[in-house]
Amino acid sequence: MNPPVLRPIQAISELGLSQAPERLAFDAPPSELRLLVHGLSAGFPSPAGDYVEDALDLNQYLIQNKPATFLFTVRGDSMMGASIEDGDKVVVDRALKPKHQDIIVAVVNGDYTIKRLYKYRGTIELRPENSNYPAITFTDGAELQVWGVVVGVVRKYINKAAPHAQQRHTTHS
Amino acid sequence: MGVASRVAHFALVDVNNFYVSCERVFQPRLERVPLVVLSNNDGCAVARSSEVKALGVKMATPWFLLKDLAAQHGIQALSSNYTLYGDMSERVVSILRDFSPDIEVYSIDESFLRIDAVTHLYPSSLAMGEVIRSRIRQWTGLPVCVGMGASKTLAKLANHLAKKHPVFNGVCDLNVLSSPELEHWLSITEVGEVWGVGRQLTLRLQAMGIKTVWDLRCASPKMLRAHFGVVMERTGSELNGISCLELEQIVPAKQQIIASRSFGRAVISLEELEESVATHMARACEKLRTQSSVAAMIQVFVRTNHFKPSEPQYSPSIAIGLVEACDDTLVLTDAALSGLGRIFKAGYRYKKAGVVLSGISEKAQQQSSLFDDRSWNHKSAELMKVMDALNTRFGKKTVHSAAMGSTMGWAMRSENRSPHYTTCWDELPFVR
Repeated sequence: MNPPVLRPIQAISELGLSQAPERLAFDAPPSELRLLVHGLSAGFPSPAGDYVEDALDLNQYLIQNKPATFLFTVRGDSMMGASIEDGDKVVVDRALKPKHQDIIVAVVNGDYTIKRLYKYRGTIELRPENSNYPAITFTDGAELQVWGVVVGVVRKYINKAAPHAQQRHTTHS
Repeated sequence: MGVASRVAHFALVDVNNFYVSCERVFQPRLERVPLVVLSNNDGCAVARSSEVKALGVKMATPWFLLKDLAAQHGIQALSSNYTLYGDMSERVVSILRDFSPDIEVYSIDESFLRIDAVTHLYPSSLAMGEVIRSRIRQWTGLPVCVGMGASKTLAKLANHLAKKHPVFNGVCDLNVLSSPELEHWLSITEVGEVWGVGRQLTLRLQAMGIKTVWDLRCASPKMLRAHFGVVMERTGSELNGISCLELEQIVPAKQQIIASRSFGRAVISLEELEESVATHMARACEKLRTQSSVAAMIQVFVRTNHFKPSEPQYSPSIAIGLVEACDDTLVLTDAALSGLGRIFKAGYRYKKAGVVLSGISEKAQQQSSLFDDRSWNHKSAELMKVMDALNTRFGKKTVHSAAMGSTMGWAMRSENRSPHYTTCWDELPFVR
């Protein structure tokens, strides 16, 4: 093996760092000086350094269009067949066009309802996924008011009541 | 229309009955119900639905004066929910940023856009306005009107026309009107509707025979300058399509920060006054730190209820200069409470308390005093940073000074506030 090469200072540009002075926020503490983040070691540079990516972000996974996305809390069991249960949070995107078979939030008689949209050969229905409930049908002239399209569901199994309890209970035994 | 040389072209996008519309997005039952939103402490109507406007209710009518009319017509009243309105406002602004990078957020429900570089992407400016309108409606549920013109003043006027006259269908561009059409619309609009022409100026203008917007547009610039000054002369130019006002995209740091509230009930004890002053100071200091400033002077005031002349009145205030300008909540609270102690007199029924920060400068250019203790300064900055971070992450008042107390019995009334539908896990809307 060759001995580690002492890299010349030009290598800064290879690391994707600019040598131009960078304007910092006035109150930035010294620890935020960006040029120090990658420290130029005299030894062998970290082979992982070039592969660093952002951590996984659930927002990114669930939300395509932030200004048009809202969350609802589900009540009741009318969508059990679609694995949407009482207490679940659903992510609703208002920018999407509702299609046949989409799960949607609609406004019926001034209330929100979550159902699967059935739109086929001129028939429009809101169908629950639970045989205990009837489908909501629309007679001639009635207008279906779609509030948004459900894009996902979030369910938490532990610490449901206290969202920040975990921080307090972290122990290193 | 200028094609070769770029002529200024502005749009003003404004949400109709903003607070009322936000409430209706999350409570579909309130659609078509006459609805008002009340100011802090549920005092007076700060937003009215069109049904309420049609009943002749004026802006800022006190709610207690409306009770009879409300019972008669079924007017619903909600306390203001600024957390919800703030979140919806941010959504609208972020949608508008997709249309033009040059945007001035003028208020919680209005933004100016410079659109001359982007209208060519659409069949026409009116078509662009229609896309803005329908996209905001679709994505947020909020109805907006779009006004366009060659200056900010004209865009603002066009927005007024778009709101008032159904023929525009919510989008009005004064740039594409023919001259006779323009003259028609400007001459049926009162001069008081022009941006920056307040009630006082309207009276003076009317006395000179300038009654409509068209009259003001035709007035001689020299005359306007001589009688009303350079601001009115500029308004005249703007009405003639000569853009004098640029977008203000950078919000200048506030030179004065005020935090004050009326109490939900009369307050008698010094302890409760102290809690409220400490609470206001905490909020003022948070604002100070968000704009990276320090304050050199604070002022504390308390006030009895001057709407009850039968009660003894007392409205003192005291200013306190600081040895060293700072942004530390604990230091400034300390100073404010010592000031309060000096002006407090027992035996009065207090209705309001507040603090004012002034002598504001950039923190980066902070003057240090002769006896500056650097290690203390560093600790204070660290403490404030941690406190702000915790309060941002886990909700307001997670960490606060003990002086703020914990009962808040004096806090403002907000008896009929809708849930924080978009910002709080426990208050999301329900769907069945």
